[in-house]
Amino acid sequence: MSDLLLLRNNADFTKTLNFKMPASRYGDTDGSGLERCFMSKVEFRNVNKSFGDNQVLTNFELSVDDGEFLVLLGPSGCGKTTALRILAGLEDVSSGSVHIGDREVTSEEPKDRDIAMVFQSYALYPHMTVRKNVEFPLRNAGVSKDEIKSRVDQALQTVGLSDLGDRKPGQLSGGQRQRVALARAIVRRPKVFLMDEPLSNLDATLRQQTRADIAALQRTLGTTTLYVTHDQVEAMTMGTRIAVMYRGKLQQVGAPTDLYHRPANAFVASFLGNPGMNLIRGSVQGGAVRVAGSVVSTTNLADRSDVTIGVRAEDLRIGDAGFACEVVIVEDLGSEVHVVCQSAESDRIVIRQLSATTRPTVGQTVHLTIDGATHLFDAMTGERCEG
Amino acid sequence: MAKRTTSLPTAGVGVFRTKRDRRIGLALTLPSLALFLLFTYYPFFKNFQLALYRAAPFPTLPNKFVGPSQFFSIFSDAQFWDSVRSTVIFVGLVVPIGVFLGLLMAVAAHQRLKGIRVYRTIFSSTVVSSAAVAAVVFSTLLSPVSGYLPSIGIHAPDITSSATWAMPMVAIVSAWQFVGLAFIILTAGLQSLPDDLLEASRVDGASSWTRFWRIILPLLSPTVFFTLIVGVIYGLQSFGQIDIMIGTQNSTFTHTNVLIYAIYRFIHVSADPGMAASYSIALFFITLVVTLIQFRILEKRVHYGQ
Repeated sequence: MSDLLLLRNNADFTKTLNFKMPASRYGDTDGSGLERCFMSKVEFRNVNKSFGDNQVLTNFELSVDDGEFLVLLGPSGCGKTTALRILAGLEDVSSGSVHIGDREVTSEEPKDRDIAMVFQSYALYPHMTVRKNVEFPLRNAGVSKDEIKSRVDQALQTVGLSDLGDRKPGQLSGGQRQRVALARAIVRRPKVFLMDEPLSNLDATLRQQTRADIAALQRTLGTTTLYVTHDQVEAMTMGTRIAVMYRGKLQQVGAPTDLYHRPANAFVASFLGNPGMNLIRGSVQGGAVRVAGSVVSTTNLADRSDVTIGVRAEDLRIGDAGFACEVVIVEDLGSEVHVVCQSAESDRIVIRQLSATTRPTVGQTVHLTIDGATHLFDAMTGERCEG
Repeated sequence: MAKRTTSLPTAGVGVFRTKRDRRIGLALTLPSLALFLLFTYYPFFKNFQLALYRAAPFPTLPNKFVGPSQFFSIFSDAQFWDSVRSTVIFVGLVVPIGVFLGLLMAVAAHQRLKGIRVYRTIFSSTVVSSAAVAAVVFSTLLSPVSGYLPSIGIHAPDITSSATWAMPMVAIVSAWQFVGLAFIILTAGLQSLPDDLLEASRVDGASSWTRFWRIILPLLSPTVFFTLIVGVIYGLQSFGQIDIMIGTQNSTFTHTNVLIYAIYRFIHVSADPGMAASYSIALFFITLVVTLIQFRILEKRVHYGQ
């Protein structure tokens, strides 16, 4: 099993939780200390968006269930942030509609959508103190002073910033600023949380801690959350479901393990996982999957002269048999070694080995066999071949 | 333990790491330094020297050295205080009107609308029209005899004979010119504001009014502050509009005899460079003090973000 899945399955979020769940002063419904927010379903219905000639979203259909934590995952420029901004009301759609709960909000102003958003840069108002930042949405909503104080206190306590209310954002660390942005979002008790790569400005250690915190907080609040990231580790560890996007189109939506073990196409296969799935040109002849003449697996698919074979790095073995390729890089990560090879069938094949294993040297020709799942994709369309 | 042999960069060294670097830096600085010495610092110090001499009654006679007494004598001169009062009124009209209208237009033009660049060009065009052109155009517009306004039934007062209207009208023309500059500076400031802060405020439910007062204006305050300082200096140095629209021949002249115009008059009408230099020194210190006061008072209200 990959590290990603181990991380997801083994992480005990509640033990590592950095956020405090205070005793609620109002409406604690599940004993967690925080009032569960109103939940709402989110739907994109056949949304198209273009900037001039550049089509950013094409026939985008996505549904996020009540209380679900859905991660929009994709490379830079795939349209995921645009989709989030459309839901926030910061961008108009070219066609299609957006729904929150049972209401269409396509042409509504952001303030009328009952959403809260955490920006990549946190977007904290630099001239306001932490407390003023957090209370800003409540003041705009005309909430009474006592209610504001109570809710801001609770939000700051939740993110562990009760003592820093009088500081300005410029006096805080990156992690603390990120928490202020979260406090400003949760204080509103919105129907939907929108998060646009909120961890990308944090260092690796803090990012790991904070993603667990956010996931735990979301579970406690039960607020429908749409989370945008290009980091597939974040997606795998945080999301109830992941929606993978590429070039403005939704590629696959599903639970993290489903996407990892059964990618719908070659893009999802190569994008998810670290390293991504190896894609090797091969063929199917008489039920045998072949690479450069060597049989690497079996299938019940009909014969194909050209097929893309997907195989995870941990499922490849270096041995005496199998197809040949040349070692170009050997990366020692401490606990494991990534051997990167090249052959006529693929520009890049990564094999994951344990550190103790005898490692090949750069320039050496090795033979590879597959000891695990094999995924077959159409060589032309990249779609998964079902057999 | 091995002794550290490499030294860390130290503060104050700057970008010049070697003597050669320093020599090249100095050589590159010399042309502009020479220009500054010749056209800025030399006249500046020469002005102090001029103030020490009283002009002779006839041009052929030498000026008389009187020391600093000439400079101090201007403080007991009623004309000086009249000029100071006129200057204060003039700046007090030009700067608020110019900055307010400049800000209003900058905010209006900071929209993603089709053809907004045309408006931006129009709004900033006043800065490229010379003081002489502005003065002539407005004089023509306002003239009670041949003006355009009277021809369409609007009878503006004759500013050359109205003590009440002379100063406000000249100030309005100067403000009109300054609006273009204020617009450009404030537009640049607005464009540098992070979009995500404004978007966050929209998501946070702020109305346009709240967004302007609670987010845009505080974030723009360093630029507004800078515009105010530039405006005050512009106001203190405005000359062309007064000279062309009012001049020394009109009855309202004493009301528009601001310090810079008084200095001009001492040189070209009275041929008294000593008094002109004394007034110049006074204007220099007034500008300095006003700017320092602005820094002390206004900077407390300015938010420099991070």
